[in-house]
Amino acid sequence: MSATTGSAVRTRPGGGGGVRALLRVKRPGRLAAEAAALLIAVAVAFPLYWMVLSAFKPAGEIQSTDARPWTLAPSLDSFRRVFEQQDFGRYFLNSLLVAGTVVILSALVAFLAATAVTRFRFRFRTTLLIMFLVAQMVPVEALAIPLFFLMRDFGQLNTLGSLILPHLAFSLPFAIWMLRGFVKAVPEALEEAAYIDGASRTRFLWQILFPLVFPGLVATSVFSFITTWNDFLFAKSFIISDTSQSTLPMALLVFFKPDENDWGGIMAASTVMTIPVLVFFVLVQRRLVSGLGGAVKD
Amino acid sequence: MTTHPSPLKAPPPGAAGAGGATPAARPPRRTRSASPANRSGWTPWLYLLPALVLLAGLLVYPIYQLGLISFLEYTQAQVSGGEPTTFQGFGNYATLFNDSQFWQVLLATVLFAAACVVSTLVVGCALAVLLTRIRALPRLALMMAALGAWATPAITGSTVWVFLFDPDFGPVNKVLGLGDFSWTYGRYSAFALVLLEVLWCSFPFVMVTVYAGIRAIPTEVLEAASLDGASQWRIWRTIMAPMLKPILIVVTIQSIIWDFKVFTQIYVMTNGGGIAGQNLVLNVYAYQKAFASSQYSLGSAIGVVMLVILLAVTLVYLRLVRRQGEEL
Repeated sequence: MSATTGSAVRTRPGGGGGVRALLRVKRPGRLAAEAAALLIAVAVAFPLYWMVLSAFKPAGEIQSTDARPWTLAPSLDSFRRVFEQQDFGRYFLNSLLVAGTVVILSALVAFLAATAVTRFRFRFRTTLLIMFLVAQMVPVEALAIPLFFLMRDFGQLNTLGSLILPHLAFSLPFAIWMLRGFVKAVPEALEEAAYIDGASRTRFLWQILFPLVFPGLVATSVFSFITTWNDFLFAKSFIISDTSQSTLPMALLVFFKPDENDWGGIMAASTVMTIPVLVFFVLVQRRLVSGLGGAVKD
Repeated sequence: MTTHPSPLKAPPPGAAGAGGATPAARPPRRTRSASPANRSGWTPWLYLLPALVLLAGLLVYPIYQLGLISFLEYTQAQVSGGEPTTFQGFGNYATLFNDSQFWQVLLATVLFAAACVVSTLVVGCALAVLLTRIRALPRLALMMAALGAWATPAITGSTVWVFLFDPDFGPVNKVLGLGDFSWTYGRYSAFALVLLEVLWCSFPFVMVTVYAGIRAIPTEVLEAASLDGASQWRIWRTIMAPMLKPILIVVTIQSIIWDFKVFTQIYVMTNGGGIAGQNLVLNVYAYQKAFASSQYSLGSAIGVVMLVILLAVTLVYLRLVRRQGEEL
């Protein structure tokens, strides 16, 4: 198929087409590489396939020692159990609320901060940048202890706020660091033109810079969404008694039982928890890849 | 980049627009990018305010607290206010360092993280190269599978992998003919299982990033090299590797940081650190000390140790970045 190079050029103009042309190995070699890639893709996707499959398997088949990679009698029993026994819908909404709040707020705050450190020169700018970098390295798990006391002192334990606030802070350094490249990429001439045309600084910030940096914000948001959505430690430590404020990972743990794990329930709950992230990823996939390239290249 | 003195704010006297005519208000250092807004004293700080407040309150202050608690006696009695907190000096650290389990856990953490980092990098880079050599369709398949693994939350990934390797109901043992071999029972097999899961969910980041890096290398450079008769290997070694170095540094450091802090996987897959704590890593160890046995001071001391180690990694990273002459 000769369409290969063409499509590469289409996806990234002036980019990889030539690279691939140069690196292209001889035909049998390429076929072997493609076979290997497909095999690896299958292997990598298999755990997810098994998760969804097990979620739809009837109870008898899951507990059978004969683990078949298909099912002839798909059933929704596990999902029903998940949503009826546990207040799963509630947990789902809580998770969505926490992750959504963190994504939106951290995007806005990081956008402002990234603008400050890329488009202004001021004292301590470099120091700040280094601090943002160092902040990324802080093992947030170690901060569970002091944050626990902080949240207790502010009466925030058992509230969604105790999950939103820490994650907001944790996602910021990385978001600022990543957005830096995108803000920097906006030509300065544009900014001057805006001011000459009489735009105020605020107007430039929100009506010109913000839309231009938006793809970068999307890429950044993926990371804050995932870390927040995945959070297990803080949900476990801060939501101690009020389970109505719990998030999905906690609901998942309910299906682990000392004697016999409810694997059908676990897999169904896992499926429900994974789908939103997968959808999010697929939607922003292209922007994510170019965003990573942009952030790293910078 | 040239400087653009602003026509609006503080116009430079006389020679407007002359490169390098820096008005007095600007710092004497020749600035790299000088947008029109850049001489406005307080504006950047205004923009930074929300971020700084959040970071100060929820990152800097907790770090200070962490350090403080690690020097106190702080157990359930003090938390509930039943007993006054007493200053212990380095007492908690002495307790910690005299505990052979701590050293064992530290060693396990370092080795486990190293194994994770190396395997993630090797697999990620190899697959990134593979991606550049195949046509669009298989590339899309591999990319999508990797994105799926990447997107999977740590906790669901952990449960699914445990289920895959379940001695009774998992398909892996059946295919490999291992009978009812329990992966989580032995120390090394449990670590190996967690490593596989970590590798599964973290190689995509390396693969995608390195792939993006390879794609970003200007075609002309490679073409010129090959016209000059450079071999494939030589192109790799002398052109692509150096150009990819910044990216490789980023992914290496990020991997070190992530893998050193693995928590959910260990906690879920080995049920809180394995039989008799055989699969503990520092993170889980600190958590268990603090929240399971209410020894908040010891937990904090472990946290401080982790913080120091990761800070050292960061400093090495900064040096590497700086040596490359990259401007911050």
